[in-house]
Amino acid sequence: MTISFNINGQPTSLDVDGDMPLLWVVRDMLDLKGTKFGCGKAACGACTLHVDGKAIRSCSYAVKYAEGKNITTIEGLSNGDQLHPVQQAWMEEIVPQCGYCQPGFMMATAALLSEIPNPTDEDIDNNIVNVCRCATYYRMRKAIHRAADIQSQNAKNQPS
Amino acid sequence: MSTPKPKKKFSRRKFIVRSTVGVGVAIGATYFTRPLWRRSIAGFVNSAELPYNGSTDEPRLWFEVTADNEVILNSPKVEMGQGTFTGLAQIAADELEVDIQQIKVIHAPTASGNIDGTSTGGSTSISSLWQPLRELAATMREMLKIEAAKQLGTDAAALTVKDGMVTHNGQTLTYGEIVKNVTEWEIPETPPLKDVSTYKFVGKPVPRVDLKDKVIGAPMFGMDASLPDMLYGAVVRSERIGATFVGADTSAAEKIPGVVKVVKEPDFVGVVATSQMAAEQAKQAIKAEWATERNWQSEDIEAMIKVGQGDPVTIQKTGRAKRILDNEEDVVTAEFASPIGAHAQMEPNGAVAHVEDDKATIIMSTQVVNLTRKEVADRLGLAPEDVNIIPTYLGGGFGRRLHTPNAVQAAVLSKAVGKPVKCFFNRREEFQNDTFRPPTHHVLRGVLDKQGKIKAIEHNLSSGDVMFGSPMFPGIAEPVLGADAGAWRGGMIQYGAIPNFRTVSWRVKLPFATSWWRSLGLLANTFAIESFMDELALKAGKDPVQFRLEHIQEDEAGHRLREVIKAAAEKAGWKDEVVNGRAMGFAASTDARTPCAQVAEVSIENGEIKVHKVTCAIDPGIAVNPDQVRAQCEGSIIMGQSAAMYERMFVKDGQLLPTIYGPYRMALMRDAPKEIDVVILENADAPGAVGEPPLGPIGAAIANAVFRLTGERLRSLPLAIA
Repeated sequence: MTISFNINGQPTSLDVDGDMPLLWVVRDMLDLKGTKFGCGKAACGACTLHVDGKAIRSCSYAVKYAEGKNITTIEGLSNGDQLHPVQQAWMEEIVPQCGYCQPGFMMATAALLSEIPNPTDEDIDNNIVNVCRCATYYRMRKAIHRAADIQSQNAKNQPS
Repeated sequence: MSTPKPKKKFSRRKFIVRSTVGVGVAIGATYFTRPLWRRSIAGFVNSAELPYNGSTDEPRLWFEVTADNEVILNSPKVEMGQGTFTGLAQIAADELEVDIQQIKVIHAPTASGNIDGTSTGGSTSISSLWQPLRELAATMREMLKIEAAKQLGTDAAALTVKDGMVTHNGQTLTYGEIVKNVTEWEIPETPPLKDVSTYKFVGKPVPRVDLKDKVIGAPMFGMDASLPDMLYGAVVRSERIGATFVGADTSAAEKIPGVVKVVKEPDFVGVVATSQMAAEQAKQAIKAEWATERNWQSEDIEAMIKVGQGDPVTIQKTGRAKRILDNEEDVVTAEFASPIGAHAQMEPNGAVAHVEDDKATIIMSTQVVNLTRKEVADRLGLAPEDVNIIPTYLGGGFGRRLHTPNAVQAAVLSKAVGKPVKCFFNRREEFQNDTFRPPTHHVLRGVLDKQGKIKAIEHNLSSGDVMFGSPMFPGIAEPVLGADAGAWRGGMIQYGAIPNFRTVSWRVKLPFATSWWRSLGLLANTFAIESFMDELALKAGKDPVQFRLEHIQEDEAGHRLREVIKAAAEKAGWKDEVVNGRAMGFAASTDARTPCAQVAEVSIENGEIKVHKVTCAIDPGIAVNPDQVRAQCEGSIIMGQSAAMYERMFVKDGQLLPTIYGPYRMALMRDAPKEIDVVILENADAPGAVGEPPLGPIGAAIANAVFRLTGERLRSLPLAIA
């Protein structure tokens, strides 16, 4: 079937099996490799991307449900060369170790901050439930708070 | 570039290290059955400085200077998160006299000839390359100076070098400009190295060289690789312990749309298709037949892993511990156990393989580049030189990628279809076909003297294999070592002032693959020994920290251990009491000569253990990158906490379970301590191990804190309150 959606701002149409997980469409058909396969069962969050601004585990999301929607992957999180506040914070805290799970965490964090701009530790505990085997959680928590600060600083500097 | 004239001499240090190992194996072959010899081998292995196993004579294997003045560092070690690429860049930049921004570190393909003969593992990358890489970089710098001198018509000694530029009398050449005009390189003798105190990058918290790529989601991992015309493969894997492949009915799979070919081999069956989804569906449709001899259960495995069963080897003995403990009254005896652990690294195992008539290319995440090449070459009937392994960044290693039969399978599938094939495990296969951390059982005995000091202590440990049976480890070395040095890692008594101590390692062969898991036996052995040390301190009526300090010997290792214990206690504000519902627990370990001490601050909330803060003092010697030493400590502490508090594989009706994250419970954000305080000491004149030592103390530190809170001594991992 033909499926159409916007991905990272680009209108895209594909002839594809509608049951194919969005993850494989993004990775193998659109060659956007930043979204990772971890488990295939929505249990780890490595494949997290945004569909209409919400964090979705794309390994378990059939591409047919993306019809007409706006998809953002880690490649589209930044605004050109201008990194997203979450990415800036990740750089400043030097969060990644192996790095494989980090795009999923950054996408989950960006979605969290759009709903809760200044999350408490409890908000983070309840909402950031991806798996990182290098266990970079300590720096991630610091980076999430820092990203919230960067975002609110940016908002203050924006002319309203 | 033309062939260089080798003039380089080995430095004395390398020669000494290498000949020690050579002599050891030679003598071992003659005297290997003697217990005394085995103990001295074990002692050597426990404190050995493992040499780098690859070429360190030819700087141009390691460095390529590009025309735009960039230095490409061709790393034979792989980057799996441990920060090795950054450390290597810092070390090279200082001796090369370039800015760190000028260095780009890449994985050396085996075709480059810069091959690590062993592996990336054992926390040895920085320590083993510290000396050779500085020598290589310094030699490369001199080579550039020699060529610059020719081009500038002067003497090399008259040149000034800075930031990748050579200057003489106002004339400047960049390294990039120098290499453009070189026809024949001259390799001088290794120049003297700079004083460590003058280094600009070594010792500084330089940001990771791979930071930006990892933050923007760059395609850098094995699973991100692709080749033109690539197809997708899948291999049917057994779900049962001890199963051998008999055959398969593939008729249904052949009819799945997108299937290109079903590939039947004597030892496996696989499928190649046009998409990942089609390959996965076709694999599910294959009805494979497996032969199994037994329906294994967890109880069967637990019954096997018991001190007293299997083959014992005494690996450490001072004084008469056994005689004393057999005869004295008031001996304290305690048993401990740890479960089967999964690697659960986030990137599944797999490879992209392209096999052509007389050559093969494999792109993948591997910790054993050389072994992967050999295994693929053997299976395809090619010479190793005809196989090019292109390593990628690893989505986690932790020892899981020291076994790479998946490379062979991808190559076989590629050969069958004559096209590149990408073939990966799914997550269920990862969990069921892991090379697990073996379960362990420990019996500790100890007795105090009248002053409340330990008179004798003994550690008996039983474990499945770690290094024995691994394709990385030659079987002929087993009788030399006697005991599996991976299983007993961290199992020796580190308190050398105790007059009588002994460690015995019992080997058990399990029916499923067990192997290297980050820090090997350190996690379980330290949990057992350091929990027991607290039990003895309690019996002696002494503060656990003071009690440990009383038993440390007066030598360099003792000094370094004492200092980390004191530093951790001081930084944490150590108190052996419960304050506001929280208690502290203490533990220390020495792994690969790096001592580490930790204080865990713990409470019980809703019947569950909650770790609030961990203070960690570590002495890796020179900290090449203090920020990444911290990062390794933070990650090791939480990974160790995860293994100590949550993780456990079961065996049920012949299957290893669970097969997915979640049911295989691991530490998540909500579980991780919100405070981690790391103190770095540098009481040695070279960099040592960092990536594994901080996994040692955490289990016992948490268990010791729980004891203070509840009076209950937890003796099995994962820790659970009754």
